[in-house]
Amino acid sequence: MAASPDTAAKGGFRAWLNKRLPVDEFVQSQLTGYFAPKNFNLWYFFGALSLMVFVIQILSGIFLTMHYKPSELMAFDSVEYIMREVEWGWLIRYMHSTGASFFFIVVYLHMFRALMYGSYRAPRELLWLLGMLLYLALMAEAFMGYVLPWGNMSYWGAQVIVNLFGTIPVIGPGIVEWIRGDYGIADSTLNRFFALHVIAVPFAIAFLILMHLVALRQTGSNNPDGIEIKAKLGADGKPVDGIPFHPYYTVKDLVGVGVFLLFFCGVIFFVPTFGGLFLEKPNFEPANALSTPEHIAPVWYFTAFYAMLRAVPDQQMGALLMLLAIVVLFFLPWLDRSPVKSIRYKGWMSKVALALFVVAFIVLSYLGLQPADGVYVILARIFTAIYFAYFILMPWYTRAEKTKAAPERVTYHA
Amino acid sequence: MSDPVTTPPVSTDEEVDTSRRKFLTAATAATGAVGAGFTLVPFIASWKPSERARALGAPLEIDVSKIEPGQMITQSWRKQPIYVVRRTPEAVAGLAQHDGGLKDPKSEASDQPTYAKNEQRSIKPEFLVLYAACTHLGCLPKQHFTQGDPTLGPDWPGGFFCPCHGSRFDLAGRVFNGSPASVNLRVPPYKFESDTMLVIGVDATAQGAA
Repeated sequence: MAASPDTAAKGGFRAWLNKRLPVDEFVQSQLTGYFAPKNFNLWYFFGALSLMVFVIQILSGIFLTMHYKPSELMAFDSVEYIMREVEWGWLIRYMHSTGASFFFIVVYLHMFRALMYGSYRAPRELLWLLGMLLYLALMAEAFMGYVLPWGNMSYWGAQVIVNLFGTIPVIGPGIVEWIRGDYGIADSTLNRFFALHVIAVPFAIAFLILMHLVALRQTGSNNPDGIEIKAKLGADGKPVDGIPFHPYYTVKDLVGVGVFLLFFCGVIFFVPTFGGLFLEKPNFEPANALSTPEHIAPVWYFTAFYAMLRAVPDQQMGALLMLLAIVVLFFLPWLDRSPVKSIRYKGWMSKVALALFVVAFIVLSYLGLQPADGVYVILARIFTAIYFAYFILMPWYTRAEKTKAAPERVTYHA
Repeated sequence: MSDPVTTPPVSTDEEVDTSRRKFLTAATAATGAVGAGFTLVPFIASWKPSERARALGAPLEIDVSKIEPGQMITQSWRKQPIYVVRRTPEAVAGLAQHDGGLKDPKSEASDQPTYAKNEQRSIKPEFLVLYAACTHLGCLPKQHFTQGDPTLGPDWPGGFFCPCHGSRFDLAGRVFNGSPASVNLRVPPYKFESDTMLVIGVDATAQGAA
């Protein structure tokens, strides 16, 4: 047993406990003895923040299930009941609905960090793939959660998304019926989405988070310079450019949590619907199979993909393109052929490509909220092309450009 | 193990038949996998529409001989209102007279079974079957079957008018120019069991296109 020497010296409860449960050993290997690069910057807050939002969602979600009723007849009313009559129910519900949007905000920033500093590159390919699976699970979780209040946008959003499966050749219509459990979006659909939203998908997400963290412990964190700190070990066998995760980064992350909560609480208390972006206006009306909202748009975090879907005149091709937009992200570790990982040392082409990609994603997200006609469709096609060009041309421009040499040791920038 | 006295007699054969062991392991794993596959069936099947959902969504039979020419009845199938119209011969003949005023006269962009993708948008010219929900925003268009209906002007050939946003459709559910709806009213799957027995919800495989 590799218990630290100070534990062995102590008697009493702690020694008794450690003989049966390796608490000290765990803390030592995962926190105080786990070395992270000392040049982390602002972008390194968002992993820890994603974990915290997950905890917020689980806790607020548990309390919402105590009042929510997953039935066609009662769902909408039970959410209104939570908002108006359950003590502090409005706060718990707004925590959960705001948490959903903030989850995507921090996850998108976390993913952008990986794009910038090449955190998906070898030896962290699997870390990236596990992260992508988490992103997929999060999308499923968010979509099914959005259906639960059974507002009119819940209903029609579910209609549109479930019908996407109908574009699969031959088996499509059967699959749609199987997902819904009825001939339309119905009580059975709501009930199974509730089960998946509160049990199955959260379990999958928790498991994937665990795997993501284990894989991170194995390779160690990347850093803004994109160099391996394990390559330079000191006389004590520890990375000279590393510092123990605890207390250094736990304390740093706590500051991040404080700043995050300022924004989070600001939204909850002052703009919980965020102008129709976090909670859409048609969702304050009950689901109505006979009345389609003026225009159906998903919540902001899906609108980039929705814009791509509508950019293609053929629904089947549109659905395929939307799927590809996510699948292509999985291949990122093998598309980047640059000799350096970090954007700091890549050439101008990579920098322009990343900037265009970010612009394309933001513009597409905006376009997905607009009606699909006229100039909006033309723009959606242009920016969809840019989105895919970032990936398809990557093997070429990362090799063609002139890169700077990455430094031997980590550097500090303001 | 080195002491020959304590070694049980059966293990004198130290050789392990690894190919035999591999085969047994693979066979056990395969049998287990098949069992697990069968166990999945009830769970996957539990997602299919239940008996109750299937009963409520069963095809709907309508005796159309009870509808007078020029009349319409409204039925509900799978929670969606359905219009069944018995058109007069004059109304059927009139359908060809106003193609120029329609957005989609040939129903190219509209949603209907192939056997209803024709001038009358029906199997039998006499009977029109439509989903009632307006293709604009799902309101229910009202019947205005008389030609030159005073509310719709002297040129009105007879058809449907949606009171919510003013979409106008002819007696084949085809949308007129100037309406907010962009495609024709949808046609559900249906067939005729006999001359007078209309079944909504089942495709007309035997009859084919009219």
